[in-house]
This record gives sequence, C-alpha cells and structure tokens, in this order.
Amino acid sequence: MVATYETKTDYKVIGNSPIRHDALDKVTGRAIYGGDVKVPGLIWGDVIRSPHAHARIKSIDTSAAEAIEGVFAVLTHDDFPQADDKTIDTGEGTVNLRRGQSNVMADKKVHYKGHVVAAVAAVDRNTAEIAAQSIKVEYEVLPSISDVDAAMADGAGVILEGLVGDHLGEKVENTNVARVFRHEFGNVDDAFANSDVVIERTVEMSMVHQGYIEPHNATAIWAQDDNLTVWSSTQGTFGVRSQVAGLLHMAESKVKVNYVEIGGGFGGKTVVYLAPIAALLSRKAGGRPVKLIMDRSSVFEATGPAPGGKIRMKIGVNKDGKIQAADTDLMLEAGGFPGSAVGAAAICVFACYNLPVSRITGYDVLVNKPKSAAYRAPGSPQASFAIETVIDEICDELGFDKIQFRLDNAAHEGTRRGDGVQFIRVGLEECLVAAKESDHWNSPLGDAPAGKARGRGIASAYWMNGGGKSTCDLMLQDDGTVMLNEGSADIGGTRTSIAMQAAEVLGIPVEDFHPSIPDTDSIGFTGVTGGSRTTYTTGLAAYNAAQKLVVELKIRLADLWETSADKIDFNEGMFTANGDSIGIQELAGKLDPTGGPATSTSSVNLAEAGNAYGVQICDLEIDLATGKTDVIRYTAVQDVGKAVHPQYAEGQIQGGVVQGLGWALNEEYFITDEGAMANRSFLDYRMPTSLDMPMIDTIMVEVPNPLHPYGVRGIGEVPICPPLSAATQAVKEAVGKPFYSLPVKPGRILEALNCD
Amino acid sequence: MATVFLPYALRKYADGAERVEIAANTLGELVDNLEAAYPGTGDHLIEEGRLKPGLAAIVGHMATRRGLLQKLEPDTEVHFITAISGGSGISSK
Repeated sequence: MVATYETKTDYKVIGNSPIRHDALDKVTGRAIYGGDVKVPGLIWGDVIRSPHAHARIKSIDTSAAEAIEGVFAVLTHDDFPQADDKTIDTGEGTVNLRRGQSNVMADKKVHYKGHVVAAVAAVDRNTAEIAAQSIKVEYEVLPSISDVDAAMADGAGVILEGLVGDHLGEKVENTNVARVFRHEFGNVDDAFANSDVVIERTVEMSMVHQGYIEPHNATAIWAQDDNLTVWSSTQGTFGVRSQVAGLLHMAESKVKVNYVEIGGGFGGKTVVYLAPIAALLSRKAGGRPVKLIMDRSSVFEATGPAPGGKIRMKIGVNKDGKIQAADTDLMLEAGGFPGSAVGAAAICVFACYNLPVSRITGYDVLVNKPKSAAYRAPGSPQASFAIETVIDEICDELGFDKIQFRLDNAAHEGTRRGDGVQFIRVGLEECLVAAKESDHWNSPLGDAPAGKARGRGIASAYWMNGGGKSTCDLMLQDDGTVMLNEGSADIGGTRTSIAMQAAEVLGIPVEDFHPSIPDTDSIGFTGVTGGSRTTYTTGLAAYNAAQKLVVELKIRLADLWETSADKIDFNEGMFTANGDSIGIQELAGKLDPTGGPATSTSSVNLAEAGNAYGVQICDLEIDLATGKTDVIRYTAVQDVGKAVHPQYAEGQIQGGVVQGLGWALNEEYFITDEGAMANRSFLDYRMPTSLDMPMIDTIMVEVPNPLHPYGVRGIGEVPICPPLSAATQAVKEAVGKPFYSLPVKPGRILEALNCD
Repeated sequence: MATVFLPYALRKYADGAERVEIAANTLGELVDNLEAAYPGTGDHLIEEGRLKPGLAAIVGHMATRRGLLQKLEPDTEVHFITAISGGSGISSK
C-alpha cells in the first residue's frame, strides 16, 4: 500500500530560502573534505595505470618498488580476495562485485587507458609515486574498440572474456553486447504503415564527464581486529560501505565509513575506485592509515563518465498532429565493463509523449573506455536528444507549433510510459503551458549582428526520480533547539532542505536545527544522494520523525498537565489543552521529570518520488566566421512539485542547464586512434563557466506530488536533459542545417556552413 | 486477477502475449503461478528466491520495495522492468 497525501498549502517554513547550515564552514574553508583528512601515522598510496586502452597483462614485476626505502606495501589484483559473482545496487545503477573488483584493479586484462594495474603505499607522496612508477608491467597490446559500431561489428575483438550476453533472453557468447532488451506494445509496423509521415534519424553523442571539482580520494585504516574505517568523497557513505565490503569479501558490519563534505559528484561519486585499494594497502602496511588522491587526468580517464553512443529514432505521425508510433534502438557505451545507463534511457525515451504504440530496444555495449557511471538523469539526456531532434523535424516538416504539438501529444496521468508503466499525477502539460505563456517564447529572437546568425530551440524531457531508504533522527535539546542526524550526503544544501521539513511540522525555526551527517555506525541505512531522491525521501523521514516527536511530547505533556495525550492539540509549535498552552521550545526545558530527553527516529523505504518534467527554451547566436556559439537567452520550466527551498531548487535547475549546454555544444571525450583520451584536463575538456552563460531564467511549476505531504518532487536531474536538443535545434534554426552528432562544436558548425 | 505485463523476453513462453491474467495474492505467488502457466518464465524473474538483481517489479503504478512479499490488490497490474543500469547482472562463465 502506498501512502498518498492531501497536500498542505499554508506553510511557515517550506517555500522560504534560509541560509544553509553549512554555509559558514564552506565559505571559510573550515569544512572537512576527503583531501583534508589527517590521522596519526598517515602514509600515502599511489597507483600505476595502464598506458593502453586494451591489453593483456603478461607480467607485473613489483620487486623494484618493494626495494625502495619507505615503501610499506605493494598491491596487485592477486591480493584481492575473490569477490562473489553478485550484483549490488549502487543507488543509481548496479555493480557486479567480481567485475567491480576488476575495474578497481585490473585482473589479467586492461579494459581502458588509465585502468589501475598495481598500487603502493609509502611514507610520503613522492616516495609512493616513485615506487609506483618503478613497477614494471609487460603488456600484449590488443586493438582498442572505441565506439558502439566497432564493438558490435562482426568479428570484433571481445573486451570482456567470459561474458555471456543476454540478448532478448538468449545467452550469447563472444560478444561485446552485454544485454539486449526490449519494451514493445502494439503493432508498431502496422502503425508506421498507417502514419501520414514517418521520420527516422540516427543521432550520436560522445562520452562526457561530470566534471566535479573535487577529485576522488580515500583514506582507510585496517585495524588489527579487522575492522575497517574509511573516509571518502562520496554521494553516499552506505554505498561505499556496501561496495567496499562486497569487493573485499567482508561483512558490512566490519566497515565504518565517515562522512566528509563532497566537492561535486553529479552521479559520478556513487562508485568506489580508491577506497578498496586504500583498505588493502593499509592491511598490508600493518594497519597504517593510507590515503590516495586522484589527479585530474585520472579522474577523466578512469572514473565513470556518462555513456556516449548511438540512437536510432523513428516516429510516425498523422497530419492532424497525433503521433501514431515510435521505435528506437538505444546503443549506449557501458565502457570497459557491462552496465551503461541504457535501462534508464529506455524508461525515459518516450515518457514525454502519449504513444499508442511503441518499441524500444536497448543495447548495453562494451567499449575500451572507462566504465560509465551515473551522470545526472543517467541515460535521459541522450534519449531526450534523440526523440526531441525528430520531434523538431516533424514540427518543421508539417508546420506544427512546437509547443502545441507537444501539448497535443503530452503524457499525463494515466499515460503509459514506453515500458508500460502508467503515470500517476504528472506536470508536463502544466510545464508546456507555462513555456507557451512565457515572456521568452513570446518575445522575438531579435536580429543578429552582422556576421552572426541566431536561432531558437525548445525541448522537453523526463526523469522518473528515485525513492529508496533513508533515516533521520531528531533530538530535542533542553534549550529548545533540535539536533538532527540524517544519512544523506549533503549536496546542494540538503541538510537545510531536510531540516526545513521537520521544522514545518514542529513549528521550530529552521535556524534552531543543527543537522549532522554521522558515520555509518551511527545512523540507519540511507541510500546515496542521487536519483533526485534526497529532499523527497530523507525529507519524508524527517517529516515522519517530527510527527513521532510530537506524539512523544504530547505524552510527556499529558504527564505534566495531568490530562490524557489525546486531549492535547498541537498547532504551529504550540500545545494546548483545557485552556493551558505552551510552546514546544519552552516545553523542551521542562521534560526531565517526564523521562528525560525527547527523541525520535524514522526510517523509510519509498517506492517512487513522483516523476519530473522539464521544458526549456534556448536562444543562441553563432559567429559565422568561427562557428562559435553563444547562448544569449535561456528559460527552464520545470515541475518541481513543491519547492522546499526555492533558491536551491532554482540553483539545481540552473546548474543542470549549464551542464547540459556543455554536453550539447562543447564537451566530448576526444579519443585517439590508440583509444586514449586526448583532452584529459580542464584546459582541453571545455566545460562552460559562468562567463559563457547568460542568466538562466527559471519558471517553477508546482504540481504537487501526491506521494509527499508537501508535494515534493525530485528536482536535480531532469534539467540537464533538454539542453542537448534545445541548443542543437537552435543551431539548426540559425544555420539552416540539422545536426545529429554531439557536441555541436564550432568545427561541426563550420563544416555545415561550408558544405554549400 | 492480476494483469501481468510480460517483459518482451518472456513473451515467447506465452505465445507472444503482451499481457496475461494471473490469480495471486502476493507477488511471490504470482511468479509461481506464472511459471506454472508459462513454464520458463520463472528463471528470468527469480534468483536465489528473490527478484533478480537489475529487475524491478511495478505493482499498480509503483515500484514495490516489498519484493515477493508484496500483496496484490484484486485487478491490479504488475510489470517487471529493467532496473536503471544496463547489463551488469549477467553471470560470467
């Protein structure tokens, strides 16, 4: 049974934008990040990485490293215990433990350039680096496979030996396609035959990185009693615990993960890379604490970017503006091991449209690139680019208004997604109406200066949002303040957005809350901060904990007032009964005779977070001599359910848009013929900065989520999806040529301009 | 009766049907009865007595967190869908 709520509408706390609780620590540099962790006796770890994208390891000679003074431990894959052939959930994906172990440190083969081959721990960072570089590895270099076409070609070399692919339920050997799956409803071929117009296109997109500022890091202490303590930059301490325990074949109860602040993750910090290495190095080094920090090029080369790939998209439509059928093949790069975001892409790809008939086929394809990971709405940006590109062409060809066409075909309550699941109340139509009525859509594009051209694009997108497990504890202090413990890593100010939901219940100012994020031994299980789940799920745990605290306080007060608890009312922080009244913060100081401190805890395990939709409008200007693009106006419309902290909500939308525009216009893994990433620095991997962007205008539509008492929906992911197509269609309008490959970089624009 | 939306790979066990009607009070019972009616389906859904990793069950409109213990309302619909990642759940030889 799923709880649904009548949404509250009169708020005291929700809907305001108080200063975040961690603001002072963050702006003064007092906040502790993974790189800041210092413990007595700390030594340093380093790794050696493969210079080849695809190679067999013939031998590893660690003798020179072992002989260096100050080296305490040397590690290869042989030092890992055998992990179970078992798949666990990482929050925004899954990892097979045995393969995850091979991703952390190569076993027999390297699957991408930068793949870790061996590690050392030494007295200081320089000695560790020298020792790592002294390890001699002999390789048999194999041809690298850099894209889905090469990986799926007949006779392609097999990247993961022993893989048995699941192709529509059939077992297939000697393949780079780990999985083929399909969602199909209705007779697709007949529906195309009965359509007035059918447009089919294939789009391609490059692998891109999340580009978080803080590189991966880990510190570990393997104690003499075989208990392991870890500090690591992560979106979820419990995810680190599960993965480290699984990869090292130990009980989760033996692993304690301490929370440290995170300098960006965007999905990429749901997977562990260094923590298992630090742990085993510590064990081999006699329990000395070991710390590793990645450099930037390793972050690019060897952590989990978003998959590139290829998507074929076919849509049939009638002249009355109704879509008749849609069919797509989603081929996404998993990287060196199985597990791309193609499953999520399949869920999202048709979710903006009410389709009578559809077919979705997903391919999870191995290539010699880093194992892909979650990146903000994993799979949905690629899917949105594909369908919105074809929708735009349909509107152009048949002369449909681009918003009205979407409204006429919009998904709504009762619509079935491409995987067959029916929607509850969703807010796409409201977003489209808001976009249609926006100042941006109703303002002319304006004339471009000499030598430039302008265009406008629009696109919509969907993300399902996540639920899962979260825990929140409340402890009312004698002075009326509240200590709040919760298990979610704070990304984007979630300490405050969670505390606000408890504050709304208790009628206590949110400034009187002291939110903390304890280690994994000290709070109930809480999933990663990812999937746009935290404000919803951990917030609901906070809401429930606050409700429980009110119940507990009524019982205590009944003792003081010599009445029964059910005769006491509570409203906006005041308890009243029989003409007596007392504020909750005043009552806090009078609880000793009633049993001492009042506390409460709540854990939840939620199925869904309510669906998220966004519609975005992009105006850009192109320099016709250089092909350079400048976004000159941008509006993002999004159904946010209820904006708990509107400033944060707006920031999430703006941040997502900027990352999506980078994906659309500039960012790519530029892969050499040898399979190496050529642009593995922020200098060469061109992400947009504030200087590249106009103000991103936001229009927050509030269609309450019936699954949350305040109507909260996840916000953080869907805004990255529409920019890929919105920007591309704006370029199309400006230069009069369609683009089917991302990024739409200056070189591609010039090629298109010069091909006349 | 629950309406089961069969994953594409399972339709071959049910003469290509997109959906089938199965009587069951819980999701576990439904999987058992589905296997009884359409032998071969169970191996695709269950591993070590639980839903396979990488597979999510939707009951009504919502993913269930109760797994095979999930109770089924009369006339509800059940979907088995791919979890959000790709193909990491396949065993190697």
